[in-house]
Amino acid sequence: MTSREDPAVAVSQRRLLWEEWEDGLARFARKYGLQIGIICVLLVIWGVFIIGAPATFLSREIYAAFMSTIPFFALIALPLTLVIIAGEIDLCFPSIMAMGTLVFVKVLEATGSPGVAFVFCLVTGFLIGLLNGVIVVRLGIPSLVATIGTQFFWRGVVLVVTGGHPASLVPVKGTFLYQVLVGRLGGYVPAQMLWTIFVAVLVWVILNRHKFGAHVYLTGDNRESARLMGVNVARTRMMTFALVGLAAAFSGILASLEVNYFWVTLGEGYLMKTLASVYLGGTSAFGGVGTILGTFVGCFIIGTIEAGTVAVGLSGFWTQLIYGLIIVLSVAMHAALNRRLAK
Amino acid sequence: MDYILEMRNVSKRFGEVQALQPVNFVVARNEVVGLVGDNGAGKSTLIKIITGYHQPDTGEIYFNGKKIEHLTVAKARDLGIEPVYQERALADQQTLWRNIFMGRELVTYAGLLDVKKMRQETQKLMRESMGFTSAAVTPDSVVRTFSGGEKQGVAIVRALYFQAELIILDEPTMGLSLSETRKLLDFVREIKRAGKSCIFIDHNVFHVYTVADRIVVLDRGAVAGEFLTKDITLESLMDKMYRVAQTGSLD
Ligand SMILES: Nc1ncnc2c1ncn2[C@@H]1O[C@H](COP(=O)(O)OP(=O)(O)OP(=O)(O)O)[C@@H](O)[C@H]1O
Ligand SMILES: [Mg+2]
Repeated sequence: MTSREDPAVAVSQRRLLWEEWEDGLARFARKYGLQIGIICVLLVIWGVFIIGAPATFLSREIYAAFMSTIPFFALIALPLTLVIIAGEIDLCFPSIMAMGTLVFVKVLEATGSPGVAFVFCLVTGFLIGLLNGVIVVRLGIPSLVATIGTQFFWRGVVLVVTGGHPASLVPVKGTFLYQVLVGRLGGYVPAQMLWTIFVAVLVWVILNRHKFGAHVYLTGDNRESARLMGVNVARTRMMTFALVGLAAAFSGILASLEVNYFWVTLGEGYLMKTLASVYLGGTSAFGGVGTILGTFVGCFIIGTIEAGTVAVGLSGFWTQLIYGLIIVLSVAMHAALNRRLAK
Repeated sequence: MDYILEMRNVSKRFGEVQALQPVNFVVARNEVVGLVGDNGAGKSTLIKIITGYHQPDTGEIYFNGKKIEHLTVAKARDLGIEPVYQERALADQQTLWRNIFMGRELVTYAGLLDVKKMRQETQKLMRESMGFTSAAVTPDSVVRTFSGGEKQGVAIVRALYFQAELIILDEPTMGLSLSETRKLLDFVREIKRAGKSCIFIDHNVFHVYTVADRIVVLDRGAVAGEFLTKDITLESLMDKMYRVAQTGSLD
């Protein structure tokens, strides 16, 4: 007798199939639950703002504004995710943004070549980031303390060198470099948005499909185990800091070119937004867990709230209160989901 | 004699603690060496030097007759030394396949991971060696939820996979059930049959006695004595070990 003829067998087979399907669903939820959760949060917030301020949130302009301003902290939040997954923290990047652009301005003065200045700017960021890594790893200073220190130090260097005076970047406007970095594709899409997407894909590949990324997860999850199994924990940790430095310098020059000016306060105000985006995206403050998609969406949530609170008619004073609320709620959601899925 | 591993005058100090006096220690090709001794005798320290985790203060290490300078974990694993640690050395929040390939990820080019191959290999290992039968466990399962025995299985299979020449087991039976322990002892015999070598640390002398060719007794960081299991009865071995622990000497 085949199963097709025996209703009892057919039912039990159907049940098996159903269980398998349920199993698969549970596995899917476990793997992507946090990411689906965060996307839902973005959609809900977006929906609330569309209802609350349809004139603003159904216009093209607001999305152009999003795409021009969110990249400045998203570009840093993406590699910062790696630092936090590795079980560290970096608070130095606002000052690296300023240091990178300072070097850009100085090299531009000396050589007259925006291209050369740009390369020096990136190298500066990478080296300052690497130095952070060396201080943390080789001197064994907790990264929270070390990067608070270096943040003040490099901001101090910027202030001392410039005497607090801003510098004009207007001469760079209209150059090829300017077009490539902050031009408008089709007169609408800001180049920095395309850069952000490119960096997001690149960092995703590094984290999920490269040995270095595998070592970042292992280092953050259990540093001792990783070391016992031959992972170069020291190099992995140092490299994550270097990548944030590189990204910070890149973001700094983009932000400066966008306004055609180098302000010595460049980067201030980005610290909390950037950190919040990463934690909002489900990256664990304890290390070992986190996703690039989560951070990417987290950035857009933060950006949306920033623009949205004012657009729905609340005063700017409300922004921080709502930030706080959303962050606490999201992190609580992550924690709850995590506990559920761990079972 | 054909030694796969030879250590001469190797010592290690941690601050005030002389964890290891200068010791000589060898493992012959296709030999199972049992390493026994009291808590804190220096067993784990000794094997962590072999696996490249600790750098010795003095002494030389030869592998296959060749002197090895500046042994690191990565170098040791390349040489075919695979450890299964007392601490198990797993990353709890990561998936099974990431744990199996921890520190020795399979890559295609430029360091890009061969995720597909690693998943497949893990699936194969699960079926053939780990005895995971539940459909709920996949290569993408997170190891946090595994039982102690299952975790130990992961750590052991990991050593197996890389075709080690010398497998080092530090208290592998810790926390294992009776049947799991038997499986583990069979596994050590399997290493022997496959022509590989093994260092086996265990506090249970019965376990060590049944699988080891030679037993080395460590006491306060020094080798107190060594016996071929075929030359000594279990009773007199236990007798001697007890005496060493009490008086620091064998007789
Ligand atoms: N990383 C370390 N730092 C400082 N002291 C250490 C370190 N590792 C081991 N020791 C000390 O060295 C001595 C030997 O320790 P070891 O772990 O080698 O003992 P063991 O024989 O493996 O003991 P057990 O049977 O309890 O595992 C102990 O006194 C221990 O406290
Ligand atoms: Mg030990």
